[in-house]
Amino acid sequence: MDARLLRAGDAAWLVELPERIDPVVNARAIDIASRVRGAELAPVLDVVVGYRSVMVYLDPMHDGADGIEARLRSIVAEPPADTVARGTSVEVPVCYDGGFGPDLPDVAAFARCAVGEVIERHLAVEYRVFVVGFVPGFAYMAPVDPRIAAPRRTTPRVRVPRGSVAIAAGQTGIYPADTPGGWNLIGRTPLRPYAPDRSEPFLFQPGDRVRFTRMSASEYRGRTEWGDA
Amino acid sequence: MASLIVARAGMLTTVQDRGRWGYQGLGVPVAGPMDWYSHALANRLAGNASDAAALEVTLIGPELVAEGDVVCVLAGADFDVTVDGTSVPGHQPFTAHSGSHVRVGTRRAGARGTLAVRGGLDLPATFGSRATHLVSGMGPFGGRALRPGDRLAIGTATLTVLPTTGHSAAQNCECPGSGAPLTLPRGGATVRVVAAAHRERFTDAAWRALTGARFIVTPQSDRMGYRLEGPALSHVRGADILSEPMPVGAIQVPSSGQPILLMADRQTTGGYATIANVITADLPLAGQLAPGDWIEFAPCTHDEAIAALRARHTSLAGLSV
Repeated sequence: MDARLLRAGDAAWLVELPERIDPVVNARAIDIASRVRGAELAPVLDVVVGYRSVMVYLDPMHDGADGIEARLRSIVAEPPADTVARGTSVEVPVCYDGGFGPDLPDVAAFARCAVGEVIERHLAVEYRVFVVGFVPGFAYMAPVDPRIAAPRRTTPRVRVPRGSVAIAAGQTGIYPADTPGGWNLIGRTPLRPYAPDRSEPFLFQPGDRVRFTRMSASEYRGRTEWGDA
Repeated sequence: MASLIVARAGMLTTVQDRGRWGYQGLGVPVAGPMDWYSHALANRLAGNASDAAALEVTLIGPELVAEGDVVCVLAGADFDVTVDGTSVPGHQPFTAHSGSHVRVGTRRAGARGTLAVRGGLDLPATFGSRATHLVSGMGPFGGRALRPGDRLAIGTATLTVLPTTGHSAAQNCECPGSGAPLTLPRGGATVRVVAAAHRERFTDAAWRALTGARFIVTPQSDRMGYRLEGPALSHVRGADILSEPMPVGAIQVPSSGQPILLMADRQTTGGYATIANVITADLPLAGQLAPGDWIEFAPCTHDEAIAALRARHTSLAGLSV
């Protein structure tokens, strides 16, 4: 798989892999990132995975900064892992009722189908977490069934309630906090993608596999983690 | 233990340290000071490690009441600072005796100052950092800006010998008498840039416009980023990219062609192509800009960027006692 090593400013290196949403490409990015982390290179401050890239942040004033390029080139040139790590399987209950999916009618109109079919198609797929970014714990998951892959909303909402399950541009995700957002809201989960008080604060890592299951509004209220529903 | 109590919060006063590194892969933004050089300078002048937690004050500063004697230094923007009504100069340690009021007023030049206290702010760390990230609510005080009544505990971790009890701390502590302040922008700043990894996604005309024109920092600018107004920068094949990690200083260009300069509170990932990156040495200048100021981008080489950064660090290292 082609890989390019590029400077991203004076304090980071970017490893670029082929430009497509592809589990194989993303798995290679995760593989490279874990090799860079495992090398414990002293000047490196952070290693971050994108859909098809890895950003390696470093302290350019560190004594070892000049040697990083060669180290990264050799890590990128190593043969990929034979077996791709499967990632953790995460089940996420979603309530699509009770007014939690205000954009379901718009998505149904886009798909030219009934709201019930939008929900069925969202439930039918196992998703991959490609990237965790935006705000703490937000997982960019794909692929969304093309039939219901509505684009971002023309006008983003000023405030999307935390726990909202949303789709846009072939991706699905869960808002971990009340933030502005332009994705289509189709449901709500009682799980918190980021919970600082939990022993594992982050629900998702890149490479995880996610399945949504349906819950009723009363089940949602019975087991919400948010404490305010 | 000495502390500072917030009497008036100022326009936007936050606790910052060097930032929350190591967790961007889980979506945790770095945050940290908008002007890293003045943050480090204020700490060094106070006898602290460069990355100790300190206050970042914005445009109109706070009023703080000392509980116990507190040695303070303000670096960065040129603020009107008084202790019980008596003016004190910037970039020099001063002692606020117990019960006195430290007032950081309006700025004469620059936009942001770092108010460091000897011993550093001793507040709870999240993922190893005391930096405040406003949008995700991470950091001391639930990641929000300071409010009246907040109590800022002061630690005891210093690099230099503590002053003798009962004497004026500023006279006795081994703090250097003067520093090497950042040259503050007056109405605008020229910052140096290196071409970004996505440079090829832009036309040559876009690069010439970026490096030849003057841009204005619009009111839609904050610690996350500056939305700039100037000539539109054209992409070769669209603005959108697959979400990718974005460094501080990256100049993102959405389809409108109007660039966004990513600053300290940037999101960990972005979906627009970047044309250039402001060099680390010049980020402090960008951090001193306010809405309405101009900004120009001068291209430089990677070696020039590193040499400029080394010069900044040499200036800080010259302060060691």
